Amino acid sequence: MAKHHVTTTVNGDTVEFLCSTEQTLLDVLRDELFLTGSKEGCSSGDCGACSVMLDGRLVCACLVLGVEAEGREVETIEGMADGDNLHPLQRKFLEHAALQCGICTPGILVAAKALLEQNPDPTETEARYWLAGNLCRCTGYDKIVRAVLDAAAEMRAAAGKGAARKSRSTKQPAAASA
Amino acid sequence: MNDMISPDVLARQLKIVGTRPLRPDGVDKVTGRAQFGADMHLPNMLVGKVLRSPHAHARIKSINTSKAQALKGVKAVMTSADLCDLPSEFVPAGEMMVNFKDMTRNVMAREKVLYEGHAVAAVAATSEAIAAQALALVEVDYEVLPHVIDVEEAMKPDAPLLHDDMFTIGVEPTPKKSSNIAKRVEFGFGDLEAGFAKADVVVEREFTTKPVHQGYIEPHACVANVSEDGQAELWCTTQGQFIVRAFCSKLLGMEVSQLRVTASEIGGGFGGKTVVYLEPLALALSRKACQPVKMVMSRSEVFQASGPTSGAKIWVKVGATKDGRITAGDALLKYQAGAFQGSPVQPGAMCAFAPYELENVRIVGFDVVVNRPKVAAYRAPGGPIAEFAVESVIDEVAMKIGMDPVEFRLKNAAKEGTRAPYGPKFGPIGLVQTLQAAQAHEHYKVPLKANQGRGVASGFWFNIGGETCASMNLGEDGSVALVVGTPDIGGSRASLSMMAAEELGISLEHIRPMIGDTSSLGFNFLTGGSRVTFSSGMAVVEAARDVIAQLRERAAKIWEVPVEEVEWSEGQARFTGSGEAKSLSLAELAATAGKTGGPIIGNAAINATGAGPSLATHLVDVEVDPETGKVTILRYTAIQDAGKAVHPSYVEGQMQGGAVQGIGWALNEEYIYDDNGHLENPGFLDYRVPVCSDVPMIDTVIVEVPNPNHPYGVRGVGETPIVPPMAAIANAVSHATGVRFTDLPMSPPRVLDAIEAKQAA
Amino acid sequence: MARLILSGNLQQLANGASEVEIEAQNIKQLLRELSKLYPALAPHLEQDSFAVAIDGEIFQDVWFVPIGPDSEVHLIPAIRGG
Repeated sequence: MAKHHVTTTVNGDTVEFLCSTEQTLLDVLRDELFLTGSKEGCSSGDCGACSVMLDGRLVCACLVLGVEAEGREVETIEGMADGDNLHPLQRKFLEHAALQCGICTPGILVAAKALLEQNPDPTETEARYWLAGNLCRCTGYDKIVRAVLDAAAEMRAAAGKGAARKSRSTKQPAAASA
Repeated sequence: MNDMISPDVLARQLKIVGTRPLRPDGVDKVTGRAQFGADMHLPNMLVGKVLRSPHAHARIKSINTSKAQALKGVKAVMTSADLCDLPSEFVPAGEMMVNFKDMTRNVMAREKVLYEGHAVAAVAATSEAIAAQALALVEVDYEVLPHVIDVEEAMKPDAPLLHDDMFTIGVEPTPKKSSNIAKRVEFGFGDLEAGFAKADVVVEREFTTKPVHQGYIEPHACVANVSEDGQAELWCTTQGQFIVRAFCSKLLGMEVSQLRVTASEIGGGFGGKTVVYLEPLALALSRKACQPVKMVMSRSEVFQASGPTSGAKIWVKVGATKDGRITAGDALLKYQAGAFQGSPVQPGAMCAFAPYELENVRIVGFDVVVNRPKVAAYRAPGGPIAEFAVESVIDEVAMKIGMDPVEFRLKNAAKEGTRAPYGPKFGPIGLVQTLQAAQAHEHYKVPLKANQGRGVASGFWFNIGGETCASMNLGEDGSVALVVGTPDIGGSRASLSMMAAEELGISLEHIRPMIGDTSSLGFNFLTGGSRVTFSSGMAVVEAARDVIAQLRERAAKIWEVPVEEVEWSEGQARFTGSGEAKSLSLAELAATAGKTGGPIIGNAAINATGAGPSLATHLVDVEVDPETGKVTILRYTAIQDAGKAVHPSYVEGQMQGGAVQGIGWALNEEYIYDDNGHLENPGFLDYRVPVCSDVPMIDTVIVEVPNPNHPYGVRGVGETPIVPPMAAIANAVSHATGVRFTDLPMSPPRVLDAIEAKQAA
Repeated sequence: MARLILSGNLQQLANGASEVEIEAQNIKQLLRELSKLYPALAPHLEQDSFAVAIDGEIFQDVWFVPIGPDSEVHLIPAIRGG
């Protein structure tokens, strides 16, 4: 049977690809678009190594079909840094040695970014439960959680400064920082 | 013996070693750029897939691949006929003694299939879909045989027999009848009877553990590329590219240098990637198709067909006086090896009582085959199982005497000069220091509430050295390309470049470490045995000292002075003779290297000896829910002797990672088989490894009792952390519930049953 | 003559001898002589690589480490690790 032609947006760029019906979004990302940052650990949505964002929602790419990407926005680990500026999460993971073999790292970073977008000030417990869908076998999770909480703190402080700056520039009374 | 030791190193002010810089390969890993086994794509690449046995035990009467071969898009089909059949003898290969008769049959079955998932045939096709269709067209005629998966059942005389040429080694006289018992081993010394007679308290218990998988998140994956003239390239995720080369060249009948193996980044190994599964198949298929072939295991294939560690039955008896001296220790270990011999019962037996100074000790072990996947190494292979049993009994003995468990261990702790149960005396080791650190730790004093319990356990692992090479290539601008041969599983490129920078006296960012392929270095034994920081570290230091010696000679030539008057310090050659002070930096000397004698390379090719054991003590507090049997880990502290922590964050990481694997082994992980020998939980949903919300922060304390045989005092640390957790947790759960737990995993249904049984009694 | 200390299994397969004097100047010679003296040990020695502890220091897979005349030697099955 003929392949499907799909047009989608990946990390802000418009891309087109051909895929068969049964190919998952993960298969497509890795084998058609050669974006191998998202990893395959289980193909059953249990390990989280393939975590990506689909229209702003955290999903396992192995549980999404390639054709479902039509007309939607996909964000992968490859889009997390801004040029050569690493995202605070990426930086904190390096500082805290929150990775050993690194295979789970892309998935965990994407998931952690989604967490902080929804909840900029998570408790340790909230962070642990949010990340429960991302398996790591090397680190025991300790340094990962520390890195996420530290990145969250840095991002809150930066947002606070940004809000203060913004409000000063519009000559409004300064908003209380976060 | 080792002239590399500079005792002053241990005293001198280190600038880089012991600090926490960013790892040099880190950015690629946080951006998704790093290339793991399945991330390689080559032009004209085919997809390979394996046909696997649905039966736990069956004779293969015939295999017909003609229909599969005829399917459009199929470029190659293989069976065992496409691999060398090798005789049953142990031959050195990649530094190990390997029985290739077993290995060739494990990667692809010949006369029989011996476990569900055993590879029977493989195909390479232009797409995954076509490869799957082709597998369905392979016709295999099986004669199903009775199977056995329990270790004690397999030892019975009337058990279904896996190999009719297996006659137990290690018993005199050798049995005339074949059995499933491959080997009997025994260690120990002294007089057990006299020892137990002296004891005031004797505790005897039997334990069972289930097979557990290493659980690496990255499945096995490789790309093989064989040319028409037989030269071959292999990209694979492995702990040892040289071992893969050794095994595959033998299985395919190639010369070792015809095969170049490149290790990809590795997504976890823990011992499970020290053997070959897909690699010889991909090479055989590529050789037939003359196109690259990529093969990746699915998660269920990883569970069905790649090595877990043994399940076991262990019996332990310990006697002690009422003032806390152990008088005798006796243990019997029965480990399942899976379908082919080679369980880690031997190291398990050697480890079992190693933390203790004993006069009378005996450990007997049996290596038993069963219809399960062949066992592969798993972090301190054999040790966690044996020490789970021994540390549990030690705990009970301490309780019976009324002595604090840490105090009891201190009274009997092995130290420098203690005779190990397997014979030789220990050099300096840090068990006592870890026990003292446990006693002094705040964790030990936290009061416990109802349904809570605290457990302690100690652990031991030998650590190894082995063949290792390193090459330090000095660039014209003084920057350094450091090539080592041991794949980096946990951040070793950081510690290796730190040692190089420390030796050379330059800053870390001038050093670029990389893992060479099999053509770029002499033989390297695999990454494992907690050997990399120790052995590759030693090789890197030797290569650096080689470079420094050459740099001093070049400076001496330039200044026209004797080389004895040139010293190397802080990245500079300095003239120490009488007259005007002079110095030349590494960069300056590198720039003129061509003119002063040629390019400067430092080389090391060693068989690293002198690895020192790493000892540990773990503390854990648990809470047991009496209504559900769920065990919650409230607090965990891992204390371990690292010799010298080159990069403390990565040492902590090993301690935390090993502890959490131990938590999984203790509380939830197990293989579940049905009556047909069919694995019911080959996936991460039902093979339950710890997730982020299952565990608290894992506190770590690094103790440093330097290993005098390493230039920086390093001891391997990677494996010891998985040795204490199961006993520590079992002891904690036992204290919390008043019931002694002897069977792993202590999953909620089992804990609940035990609590309810106690209440009913 | 090296003094080889045997215990456990190895002792049993060496007819119960706990200490054996062997004419050997290095590990390779020692293993060869030991196999000749006690043929029951030979399959064990072939199958496993043995690490050798010479006066407490462990050498794995190294044939030519010298064994001194008063050395105490132990045979230890090679450890591979994971």
